[in-house]
Amino acid sequence: MIEEKFDAIVVGAGMSGNAAALAMAKRGMKVLQLERGEYAGSKNVQGAILYADMLEKLIPDFRDDAPLERHLVEQRFWMMDDRSHVGVHYRSEDFNEERPNRYTIIRAQFDKWFSSKVREAGATVLCETTVTELAQDAHGKVIGVRTDRRDGEIHADVVVLAEGVNGLLGTRGRLRERPEPDKVALAVKEMHFLPRETIEAHFNLKGDEGVVIEAAGTISRGMTGMGFIYANKECISVGIGCLVADFQRTGETPYGLLDRFKRHPSVAPLIEGSEVKEYSAHLIPEGGYKAIPQLYGEGWVVVGDAAQLNNAIHREGSNLAMTSGRIAAEAIVQVKSRRHPMTAANLSLYKKMLDDSFVMRDLKKHKDMPMLMHTNSKNFFLTYPQLVSRAMQNYVRVDGTPKAEKEKVTLKSFVNARSWTGLVGDAFRLARAWR
Amino acid sequence: MNVETSVRVEDKLFYNRYLVDVGRPHIKVRAHTKPSPQLLALLKVCPARCYELNDKGQVEVTVDGCIECGTCRVIGEPTGDIEWSYPRGGYGVLFKFG
Repeated sequence: MIEEKFDAIVVGAGMSGNAAALAMAKRGMKVLQLERGEYAGSKNVQGAILYADMLEKLIPDFRDDAPLERHLVEQRFWMMDDRSHVGVHYRSEDFNEERPNRYTIIRAQFDKWFSSKVREAGATVLCETTVTELAQDAHGKVIGVRTDRRDGEIHADVVVLAEGVNGLLGTRGRLRERPEPDKVALAVKEMHFLPRETIEAHFNLKGDEGVVIEAAGTISRGMTGMGFIYANKECISVGIGCLVADFQRTGETPYGLLDRFKRHPSVAPLIEGSEVKEYSAHLIPEGGYKAIPQLYGEGWVVVGDAAQLNNAIHREGSNLAMTSGRIAAEAIVQVKSRRHPMTAANLSLYKKMLDDSFVMRDLKKHKDMPMLMHTNSKNFFLTYPQLVSRAMQNYVRVDGTPKAEKEKVTLKSFVNARSWTGLVGDAFRLARAWR
Repeated sequence: MNVETSVRVEDKLFYNRYLVDVGRPHIKVRAHTKPSPQLLALLKVCPARCYELNDKGQVEVTVDGCIECGTCRVIGEPTGDIEWSYPRGGYGVLFKFG
C-alpha cells in the first residue's frame, strides 16, 4: 500500500481528469492521477475538436506548444440521401484570427501534452494503473481507491471520477447506474492519411486552415446517428456513430455503416488514395440533461463523460469535460481552503457552480431534444433527408416543367410522406424542444 | 451503394497496436446453452467483432482485438450475460492517434 495520503485522487487522464488534476495541482494541492493507459491519451478516442476558450482558462498560452492540427475556418452540415447531400456551409475569414476559436486535434498526442502540463504543475501521474474499485468506509464514504498494482489501496480526502463514459467505478461503488443503450451512441472512426497538400486541395484549404463536416441522413439507415469528417494536418478523421439501442434493434454493424459512409459519392473523393492507420471505437453520452447522474457525494465528485456531460445537439463534449473538471477542482480547492471536510454537503458547491456555467445551462436548454431525436429517428434521419434531396433536385434540374408544377410535386411529396398533421407536429415538436 | 460488400474487420484491427494480457481476458461470457437476444446482438454490434458463435450455437468472446468501447457492457452486463472489466494497467489496445 502507498502509505502517503493525498489531498485528491483523480481517476483518468482524459480532458476532464487532466483539467481537474491541473487546476488542483496549480493551487498547491497534493494530487495523484491514475491512468490505465501506457501514457495519458493512449486509451482516449475523440473526433476530435478542441475548444480554445475552455483550454485558455487552464493554460492561457497553450498555443505555444500544444500539438494542434488545424484551426477551423469552415463548418459544413450535410443532409444526405444515398446519392446526394444538401449542405449548409459556413466559412469565414474571421476564423483566420490571432487566437482561433476551434482546432482539430489528435487525442493521443494532445492528451500526452496536456498530461505533461499536469506533471509540471506538481501532480503525481501514475500510468499503466487500472483502478479496480473505490475504497469506502463502513458508512459508504469514499476514502480512496484500489488499483491492480500489488497492495494497491491509496487514500485521499476526495476522489475525482474522470473515468469516461464507460466508467466502471461509479457503478461498482453504487454511485450511479451504468449507461443504458438508448443513452449512449457507439461511434467508429478511421484515420486516413494523405499528403497535406492533397488534403488542402480536397477541402479547399491553405496553410493550417481546417474544416469540419457533419452529416446526417440515410447514412445511418433510419437510426439516430451522425457521420463526421475532420481535416487534420496530414490525415482525415472519418467516422460515424449511432445509438447503441438502435444498433441492437436493427442488427446493423458499425463497420458496415462506416464503409457505406466512406463509399458515399460525396465522401469517397475526399479520402481517395488515403492510407488508413488506425481503427477505433468509443461510446458517446447522448442522454443529455435528463441522464445526468448524481454529481457528488461523500468524498467524491464525477466529471466529464462519466457524468454524461455531453451536448449531443451541438456535438460538444471535450469543452464540457474540461470545464466540469476545472469547476470540480475549484470547488474542492474552496472546501479545502476553508478547512472543511469533503462531505456531500460541502462538495455540493461543485454542482452549484456547474449549474451556473454554460455546461448545465446548455444541457438544460436542450433537455427534450434527445428524446425527440431518439423516438422519431426514421422521420428525421431517413424520410426528411430523402424528401429534401428530391425537392432540391426538382428545384435545380431544368427540364421544361413549369415551376408551379414542380413546386406542387415537391409539396405533395412532403404531404404524402408525413401528412399535414405530421409536418406541423414535427415542426412544433422540434421548435419546442429547441427553444 | 446498394451492393453490400463484406467488410473485413480483421484487416481494420491489423492497423492497431495491442498488448495482449495472455490468459487474462477482461471480458467473460457467462456459460449458457442457448444465447439470449442480448448476447446474439453482440455478434453484430461489437465494432471489433470479438463475439462469435461456436459450433454448438453458443456465443464466445475473444478479446485480443477489443478496442475497449464498452458497448457489450451496456447491452450484456445488465442481464448478467457478460462480465466486463478494464484490462490491467498498460494492457489492451494502445492508440497512436485515438
